[in-house]
Amino acid sequence: MVHSAKKLVAAKRRPAAKPASKKTKAKATVAKAPAKRAAAKKIPVYDAAGLRAQAKLLAGWEKHALAKSTEKVPNRRAAFTTDSGIPIPDLLTVADRKGESFDALGLPGEWPYTRGTQPSMYRSRLWTMRQFAGFGTPKDTNQRFKYLISQGMTGLSTAFDMPALMGYDCDHPMSRGEVGKEGVAISTLKDFEILFDGIKLDQVTTSMTINASAIVALAMYVAVAERQGVPMAKLGGTIQNDMLKEYIAQKEWIVAPRPAVRIVTDMIEFCSRHMPKWHAVSISGYHIREAGATAVQELAFTIADGIGYVEECVKRGLPVDEFAPRLSFFWDVHNDFFEEVAKFRAARRMWAKIMRDRFGAKDPRSMMLRTHAQTAGVSLTAQQPYNNVVRVSLQALAAVLGGTQSLHTNSLDETYALPTEDSVTIALRTQQLIAHESGVDRVVDPLAGSYYVEYLTDEMEKRAFDYIRRIDELGGIIRAVEEGYPQKEIGESAYRHQREVEQGDRLIVGVNAFKSASPAPINLLHIDDRLAQEQQDRLADVKRTRDAAKVEAALAKVEAACRGTDNLMPVVIDAVKAYATLGEISDVFRKVWGAYREGGIF
Amino acid sequence: MPDRKLRILVAKPGLDGHDRGAKIIARALRDAGMEVIYTGLHQTPEMIVSAAIQEDVDAIGMSIMSGAHMTLFPAVIDLLGKEDAKDILVFGGGIIPDADIPKLKSKGVAEIFTPGSSTQDIVKWINEHISTRA
Repeated sequence: MVHSAKKLVAAKRRPAAKPASKKTKAKATVAKAPAKRAAAKKIPVYDAAGLRAQAKLLAGWEKHALAKSTEKVPNRRAAFTTDSGIPIPDLLTVADRKGESFDALGLPGEWPYTRGTQPSMYRSRLWTMRQFAGFGTPKDTNQRFKYLISQGMTGLSTAFDMPALMGYDCDHPMSRGEVGKEGVAISTLKDFEILFDGIKLDQVTTSMTINASAIVALAMYVAVAERQGVPMAKLGGTIQNDMLKEYIAQKEWIVAPRPAVRIVTDMIEFCSRHMPKWHAVSISGYHIREAGATAVQELAFTIADGIGYVEECVKRGLPVDEFAPRLSFFWDVHNDFFEEVAKFRAARRMWAKIMRDRFGAKDPRSMMLRTHAQTAGVSLTAQQPYNNVVRVSLQALAAVLGGTQSLHTNSLDETYALPTEDSVTIALRTQQLIAHESGVDRVVDPLAGSYYVEYLTDEMEKRAFDYIRRIDELGGIIRAVEEGYPQKEIGESAYRHQREVEQGDRLIVGVNAFKSASPAPINLLHIDDRLAQEQQDRLADVKRTRDAAKVEAALAKVEAACRGTDNLMPVVIDAVKAYATLGEISDVFRKVWGAYREGGIF
Repeated sequence: MPDRKLRILVAKPGLDGHDRGAKIIARALRDAGMEVIYTGLHQTPEMIVSAAIQEDVDAIGMSIMSGAHMTLFPAVIDLLGKEDAKDILVFGGGIIPDADIPKLKSKGVAEIFTPGSSTQDIVKWINEHISTRA
């Protein structure tokens, strides 16, 4: 590793950057005459003598060629760092990798999974192209699902509206103005029946992005499948259900962290026993990153959340290999291309070590970090929105080179509103281009061995483990979240980022550089306010026609389970089948555990 | 009291939990010498107006990302009118399409800041348009 002159002290960590000795001066003269060197004896790259010779050449290059060049044309910055602040040396070489053991990379599909979770990766199976969709009424979203399936999409992904996510029915006063705006409006099983009408649930895999009220959504999915004659054991998909990151970043909750994690643990336990093809939690860095975390913080806090869930399950007496194979992850893919690739690789290696060494997992599937990814919504700009297509392409490419199992690409208009059908199509086509035209699908982990990518992978892992140690010292992630530790760290990063943008240290094309006078007009998807009425009417209908005594009895059972230790999942399934509403079930949680509020700290 | 600091209530109405923007604005206004009260998340229009009156603020800045702006901004302004507190100026920001901005202004919202606005623009606008209430 070579740093510019003023960075030499820091660079001493690695032997290659020792200040030039007399001997290297002699070599440096050779280095200045490339023709002469070519005629000399070839230097083997990897053997000990070759490495020594290369170190000397490098020191000479640094002292002469590089110094001279930067004297003439100085670097554009005093120091280069990644977006997470990892220093980027002037050059990395084979010398930086010479202490590396085979165990750091392993082979694809093998410990420690740095190179991917499958031996043949995309040569056997492409990643799943999964576009998140959901808006308006269940019927609107059902039509969007059918359209996306007809366009070649291979998995469904459901977005819910804010009332559903926060555990309110569409007729609650808190739902004013929000029904169907950010996702599909759901209050009862009736809505789920419409949402998946005509879609055979044993033929698709479904991802549901819902957390605080996830148990209700999963119960409704199970109930709809049952009506189609599909047993829950055959259902494939993922429910996000990651409550820890809600308190850290996305801020959608019903009750406090501890009871919320109890519900998550109930669901992990239930799925591990009854829904073997279902991922009961998708441990999500996405929202943490979008809230302003750096890539290192995203990696650290997300893995820490994962440790938190595993600890809770183990405390309950679940054998780790019984549930861990169904844990999955969800990363953001932001702009700093190589850092993002490194993040995926570091995450896999970290999780493998944690599961084997910290939790004693024996099943390789417990150690394998499988992940969904989504391009960074926060990186999209309202200005010059067509530029977003390019941003998304680069981010999507990084996710693929990082070895993701599934991917959502954002649409160019998402800074304004939910995407239109046209813009969703471009986003999906972007993935299809990468898969079928760029050639990156033909090779496994092509960036392995890149001095820079391996350096970043190591650095990200080291820095993320530092955070995890700090969280362990605080008493674990639940305690850290209660104390607001990750929240504060993220707040600092977000504010620093904003200052860098405003001071021009960080250029954003179209925002603080290369501005255009007139913004490009784009069509926006508009959600009609009348749909709230339609939803409320349907809810009123359901309430009129259901068996009230049955609902009451079912809700009483949910309450009893909340107060005791029985798994909540079976009683919630019974409650939704009786057409108890999402709001009513959430109200039971509020009654037993109290509604959660966060103070106004900034 | 000409030298009293401006008091601003930064508010997050509705169910949307995306508070990155609200918190950045709150910090930037505080760094610019204003007194800032942040409501925290998930506030109803009633809660926001009651906090504004109790805290005797000069203005309310609301951040909305969920698309509920056409409902929530006018609700706050109506309530301020009912409480005889129309001199508390309301401004805001978030994911708000250009076409909605004139409609919001006609309902009494003083200014809307859309994505890409700098905190310095917002500080400047506040200093130019908001004065301490008598």
